[in-house]
Amino acid sequence: MKIIAVCGMGIGTSVLLKMNAEKVLRQLGIDATVDATSVAIARESRDAQIILTTPDLVDQLTGLPSEIVPIEHFFDLEEITEKLSASLL
Amino acid sequence: MALLTPSKSYPALARAFGENSIRVGAIALDREHSIEMAGELLVASGRSTPEYTESMLDAVAEHGPYIVIAPGIALAHGRPSDAVLEIGLSMVTLAQPVVFGNEANDPVRLVIGLCATDHSSHIDIMAELATFLGDADSVNNVLNAGDSEQIRLLF
Repeated sequence: MKIIAVCGMGIGTSVLLKMNAEKVLRQLGIDATVDATSVAIARESRDAQIILTTPDLVDQLTGLPSEIVPIEHFFDLEEITEKLSASLL
Repeated sequence: MALLTPSKSYPALARAFGENSIRVGAIALDREHSIEMAGELLVASGRSTPEYTESMLDAVAEHGPYIVIAPGIALAHGRPSDAVLEIGLSMVTLAQPVVFGNEANDPVRLVIGLCATDHSSHIDIMAELATFLGDADSVNNVLNAGDSEQIRLLF
């Protein structure tokens, strides 16, 4: 399963989100990779099951086949766990 | 006092924050001003050129306040480019919180500047940054620090 973490450039915010999403996935025992990427590249991608991003960027990602999961607080592992569990379990 | 206990558990952060990359208790007029300060510290520490600061401002103008990634914390950065001399981080703590326009996480008290040369070689730094900023005690210690040396001790 493919999950992407998306921010404006794909080097900062999305990388932090990727790190914490991978921690959560390990705890949940889910086998998935998380790639950090930019909005521009994410718009071209069709193979991600889930897109993790910040609420501000959701509008720029609508229309893709992926489920979009907005995360407000990137260091709140409980929020990430709750939202990923709702989507995956 | 916990603030003065060297932890030395963040070696990649200790390297990423160059000399003169941390400013404590700055007064910023608005979000652009605070991002400019973070950019100027990357320049002052020899990690980027002033053009990179411009790209940090362009990024927030283009994509909005999503860079406020947690309550009170913004991560400002531009794209990898020739304006980046070396991977680096900078940090500005603000004397007065600044509104960035992020409903969930405003106002901002801590701005982190980041410059990277590509999309992957800074991963070890980002892993440590995620752990460091995810630790409420670390963030509180940063916000309560009286000078940059007290912050350095946290790495």
